[in-house]
Amino acid sequence: MSGVSVANVGKAFPKEDGTFTQALEGVNLEIGDTEFICLVGPSGCGKTTLLRIIAGLETATTGSVTIEGRAVTGPDPKRGMVFQEYSLFPWRRVIDNVAFGLEMKGVGKEERRRTADRYIELVGLSQFRDAYPYELSGGMRQRVAIARALANDPDVLLMDEPFGALDAQTRNHMQKELLSLWKQTKKTIVFVTHSVDEAVYLATRIVVLTPRPGSIREVIEIPWPHPRDRTSPEFAEVRRRVLRMIDESENIQ
Amino acid sequence: MKQQTQKRLLGIAAVAVVAIVWQIIADYVVGRSFILPSVTDVASAFINLLGSGTLLTDLAVSLEHFGIGIIAAFILGVPLGILMGWFRVADHLLDPIIETLRPIPPLAWIPFAIIWFGLTTQAAGFVIFAGAFFPILTATYAAFRDVPKVFVEAGKVLGCDTSFELIRYVALPAAVPAIASGVRIAMGVGWMCLVAAEMFGVSTYGLGYQLWHNYYLHQMPNVVVYMLILGFTGLIIDRIFRNYVDKQLLRWRAGEVA
Repeated sequence: MSGVSVANVGKAFPKEDGTFTQALEGVNLEIGDTEFICLVGPSGCGKTTLLRIIAGLETATTGSVTIEGRAVTGPDPKRGMVFQEYSLFPWRRVIDNVAFGLEMKGVGKEERRRTADRYIELVGLSQFRDAYPYELSGGMRQRVAIARALANDPDVLLMDEPFGALDAQTRNHMQKELLSLWKQTKKTIVFVTHSVDEAVYLATRIVVLTPRPGSIREVIEIPWPHPRDRTSPEFAEVRRRVLRMIDESENIQ
Repeated sequence: MKQQTQKRLLGIAAVAVVAIVWQIIADYVVGRSFILPSVTDVASAFINLLGSGTLLTDLAVSLEHFGIGIIAAFILGVPLGILMGWFRVADHLLDPIIETLRPIPPLAWIPFAIIWFGLTTQAAGFVIFAGAFFPILTATYAAFRDVPKVFVEAGKVLGCDTSFELIRYVALPAAVPAIASGVRIAMGVGWMCLVAAEMFGVSTYGLGYQLWHNYYLHQMPNVVVYMLILGFTGLIIDRIFRNYVDKQLLRWRAGEVA
């Protein structure tokens, strides 16, 4: 079981003049096992900050995050993270990038390479196992980054706009692949995105945040099975609803 | 391939033209070997020096001085740069000291080099160290400051839980290209310091010492021979280093040069 529980989380960033910017306030969220959660909201609403707090890369000013009943106090390989920027280590080949987490755990070379090979195969890049990141396209790099996060067998996979830098076609393709990975590995995924379309296509629940200070405005369940039809009327309807929510809050601001 | 040959031919032609012009000016315009030795003067001086057998000894001594200085600068400069680049306290603590010492020209250390080490290889090595240390230190420092945040965070999320692990597995590999550039600059500075250190009599062997000694003897063709050897040796050292870095350390940065 890998439930994530976000309880009353707030985050204030200190400013130069001694005052604070309140990025998040009173965020409560229960994420169940094997859910696919998408965080959306207007620019600057703190969705990335919330993800980074779950990852342990930022500390909440108030409240707490617990995973399986244990409080998050810092980064941990039990929470895999895929960043928006290309985060592969350029000096390591694909195989050694994917094996990095296992190497840190002290797993022997043979065994960690075998495990890494399995995950590289899972993302369909076996023929590139010995390539350096500069030899890969943007989409391939993110696939390796996902394999690298999964190789640690994390409880939760946190993704911060992982496809934001990709062109529309590659992006659609990556979304399909991610869904198939999610089905195969049964991981809980928390996914931050700017694209409402992406959220409606992927999520089992969409969490819409309010403008700064971000808190939860609404949680929308999407019970339809995957793959989903982007052109269906229901799809368009949910997309319109979410967009309106984000638009309204931006106008108020 | 054709372009390559053309490039080489043009290069050879340019050198030949310069040599001929030099020879003509030396023979017919200046006419005094003391003011401007001709190409043939220099060539025969080179052959004589080769025959006398000191040339190789001097080259070996100079390389020894150079090696001592560069290796010492590397062994001290890189760890100190890492310390200052990674730990803020170390930076605040050491920065004022470094910034005070850094602007002192390396050659200003020559008197103390002699007083501390006497007329030894270590004294010459120390002057080269004084020139090479700061470029390596500052390059390492800047490289560590510039390690992309996302690499460090990826390292943390993937299980690097100590500063040592983050430095060893993330920051240091990321910093290698910049450190290599710093070492290259340091080697250039070190090579200049080498000549000066030997000229000032820190040593009684070495290419720099011989250059100055032959000037006293008014053997100007010999002076030119030593000048050219110094130039070529510096060039070869740089090429070897660059080759090594590109082939061994930076295979992951195809097409880029250290």
